Amino acid sequence: MARSVTKQQKALNTAIAWTIGLLIFFPILWTILTSFKSEGQAIADPPIFLFFDWTLENYAVVQERSNYTNFLWNSIIISVGSTVLGLIVAIPAAWSMAFTPSKRTKDILMWMLSTKMLPAVGVLYPIYIGATKMGLMDSHIALVLVIMLINLPIIIWMLYTYFREIPGEILEAARMDGASLKEEIIYILTPMAIPGIASTMLLNIILAWNEAFWTINLTVTKAAPLTAFIASYSSPEGLFYAKLSAASTMAIAPILIMGWFSQKQLVRGLTFGAVK
Amino acid sequence: MATQHSRSAARIMMAPAVTLLLGWMLVPLTATLYLSFRDYRPMRGGDLGFAGFENYTRFIGSSSFWPSIVTTLIIVGGVLAITIVFGVLLALLLDRPMWGQGVVRIMVIAPFFVMPTVSALVWKNMFMDPTNGLLSHLWRFFGAEPVVWMSEQSLLSIIIIVSWQWLPFATLILLTAIQSLDGEQLEASEMDGAPVLARFWYIILPHLSRAITIVLLIQTIFLLSIFAEIFVTTGGAFGTKTLTYLIFQRIIESQAVGLGSAGGVYAIILANIVAIFLMRIVGKNLD
Repeated sequence: MARSVTKQQKALNTAIAWTIGLLIFFPILWTILTSFKSEGQAIADPPIFLFFDWTLENYAVVQERSNYTNFLWNSIIISVGSTVLGLIVAIPAAWSMAFTPSKRTKDILMWMLSTKMLPAVGVLYPIYIGATKMGLMDSHIALVLVIMLINLPIIIWMLYTYFREIPGEILEAARMDGASLKEEIIYILTPMAIPGIASTMLLNIILAWNEAFWTINLTVTKAAPLTAFIASYSSPEGLFYAKLSAASTMAIAPILIMGWFSQKQLVRGLTFGAVK
Repeated sequence: MATQHSRSAARIMMAPAVTLLLGWMLVPLTATLYLSFRDYRPMRGGDLGFAGFENYTRFIGSSSFWPSIVTTLIIVGGVLAITIVFGVLLALLLDRPMWGQGVVRIMVIAPFFVMPTVSALVWKNMFMDPTNGLLSHLWRFFGAEPVVWMSEQSLLSIIIIVSWQWLPFATLILLTAIQSLDGEQLEASEMDGAPVLARFWYIILPHLSRAITIVLLIQTIFLLSIFAEIFVTTGGAFGTKTLTYLIFQRIIESQAVGLGSAGGVYAIILANIVAIFLMRIVGKNLD
């Protein structure tokens, strides 16, 4: 029973929405466009929007000069590593809270959430010195662990809300039929929980990819991911717009694409199921 | 119908997550608390003994403390106001029938997926640079003197950058909430001839109030600890030193660990005050 709208009304909505949408998207679009310009055309006055000499030179230069693939590789290891490790720890916990809840389940969930509220800067030095003392400064292990821990409450919460949507009667029926825990997992968890697990994984890879407090403070060069690599452009390299743009485009492209697939999960994951 | 067996199984399944989070919470927190009562300077003699509450009083007594609190409040308040007001408007707009709704949605949400260092540097250099930035071109086009954003309007610059990053989050959540609004109620009020503004004020806004509160609280927790956006733009200069940044400088840059840790304890207390309210709302939803 959709409300009827006139064609003109719809056209007006479309025009306003597209204008605002483009305006919000513009900084990203402009960065992508600038990455294909020469440095000279990147700062041309008046600015050139589309009719410049398209070139891939900046991408080649960024890769050559700073070994971009190294940073990309670090980003992949850290974001995927921390997410997979987080899932391994979180799946059993969320599973048991969703299907065999006890009186304390709610308290445990709330307590887990409260650890997410701990400001990173409050524990900066212990983590920093701990990593240094254990020889883990600028290592993948330290970042994988720390980022896994900061995202673990989100992973558990998301999984919990997904698992709770799996009807409990199915499990009861399986148990009545004498299914063991192993069978329960293989025949029920797997098919019904995979979509939720996949969504959780997607959102958490994005969050880990963009994490920019610990990645900057716990790396120097060896394990530095793209967030830290871009931070090294803060000056004066940042004044080379075309190269800054090429580096930026490469850093955000994979996650932009993943992000478009995870709009819905974003709401669920970051509001802890409070908005549906 | 939980049996003894399944209960102990549940305990085993929970153990790794609970242990890890407990360790993550207790170990560094205890260390920070301990350090906050020590006169600890790694570069100048190391641990110089028990300091009582001196770090706490010195942290508050330093000339940068109150300005950092004001800066933090301005940034958090500014970003909240912008993202919530525009978030509501955008959500209302995106809810209306139009062509290419999916594409517009994608464009609006995109900034959320840009890593903080990239968005801060792109804004700082390509938009807010006083000679070559796009905004300067725009200002000159209208015959105005370009703004020297990062030094003269430093707080506003950071508010703009951070708002751009968080507007998608607010919009998306508010849009989700609007879409759950009962269409029939709106239709009835429309037929009763309620003016648009009244409909917004008496039906839509009350319906959104819960979602707005949640956006407000979640964003506050994240915004209290923004770091990279300041790190790569002003480095804390020009009055952009937030509480988080001040603590970072004390601990990492000047290696006054005891002093910085006392600051860290203050930051934890501040975040907890906000967290209590958020947890209450989330908790209610669990029942």
